[in-house]
Amino acid sequence: MNARFEYLLRLGDDALILGQQLGLWTGHGPVLEEDIALTNIGLDQIGQARAWLTLAGKAEGAGRDEDKLAYFRDQSGFRNALLCERPNGHFGDTIVRQFLFDAYAVCLHAALSGSSDAEMAAIARKSAKESAYHLRHSRAWMVRLGDGTEESHSKVQQSLNDLLPYAGDLFHSDAVTEQAAGEGWGADPAAFRPAWDTAVDEMCAEACLTRPESVPEQVGGREGRHTEQLSFLLAEMQVLPRTYPDAQW
Amino acid sequence: MRSADDWLALLQTVPDPEIPVLNVVEMGIVRGVDTTDSAVDVRITPTYMGCPAMDAIADDIRATLSPLAKEESKELRVELVYAPAWTTDWLSEEAKAKLEAYGIAPPGKTTDKRALSGDAPSVRCPKCKSNATELVSLFGSTACKAHYRCNDCAEPFDHFKCI
Repeated sequence: MNARFEYLLRLGDDALILGQQLGLWTGHGPVLEEDIALTNIGLDQIGQARAWLTLAGKAEGAGRDEDKLAYFRDQSGFRNALLCERPNGHFGDTIVRQFLFDAYAVCLHAALSGSSDAEMAAIARKSAKESAYHLRHSRAWMVRLGDGTEESHSKVQQSLNDLLPYAGDLFHSDAVTEQAAGEGWGADPAAFRPAWDTAVDEMCAEACLTRPESVPEQVGGREGRHTEQLSFLLAEMQVLPRTYPDAQW
Repeated sequence: MRSADDWLALLQTVPDPEIPVLNVVEMGIVRGVDTTDSAVDVRITPTYMGCPAMDAIADDIRATLSPLAKEESKELRVELVYAPAWTTDWLSEEAKAKLEAYGIAPPGKTTDKRALSGDAPSVRCPKCKSNATELVSLFGSTACKAHYRCNDCAEPFDHFKCI
């Protein structure tokens, strides 16, 4: 197993799948400002995905670049966490998904900023500025919706109940993360789970939300076991390059 | 034969495609230029990871410099680098003044950590110079800007995010 390739795919696929989903909000945001915000965040995610997947292709050494990895892998080849492929749903669903991911990304990028690999550290340090900004936005919306009207509160509480089980996949530890952390170029997400838990708890307290207890965690994304949603998403994302491989414009 | 400084001076004629009042050197996008007997190497860094202007910027640099490099029988290479991460601190005071004159409120110093933590410092309206402004959205017309409104003159304007 090429642990470096596997690890970089996880980083790249999280950003790619989430970025693709945020892009689907183009023209559908509840207000113009949010339309722009969600797609701006999506753009940052796609930028991060390009950097991670380019590195993944180099680590694999089989000549695959970012586009080959993004467009010519099937569902079972994707390594994104299940949270990232949850459907956009309504605005509250998207915001909860984003908050849970942003809180994770801030911890992840801080950890990877100290990577022994200079290229990974450079991408992480750059991404850290973006994830901090994203978290500021998604967290503000969590508070506004959670501590808003009765309807916004009940909707976003339901979104949190629905999505929290999928967040566990972000913290999946296995031989890949063990090697990544052991060799100093990557991080074991279990190490920053307590910080993430605290961030979620503090948000819930401020947003008048109740964190569901004893959540049954859904895992499998890191091993290529995905939910049905990912296949629809990939079909739309990949149809053009697969129909016209190597097309240039 | 042009020196690295000569090439850098030429790069100052390449405008940023989104903010044409600044060139790519003033923006801090150009991180360095080296010249050897056979090549001119230009290193550029993105303001944001997903900045869609990067390809256009690299193309503009090639269009401006390639013919001149060819005169010296050199290959022009444009390389994308991520470290050190771009920061608004690289914008000079002169560049910030140009931004304001163009209608974009310039960024403050990143040492002011309020920029990321939430309590935005006051942003001056580029039109009437009032500090009575408010944030409309953290995200504006491009990845590097936020959207503000002036409560005195009612002007909506972009503010360069401070990162």
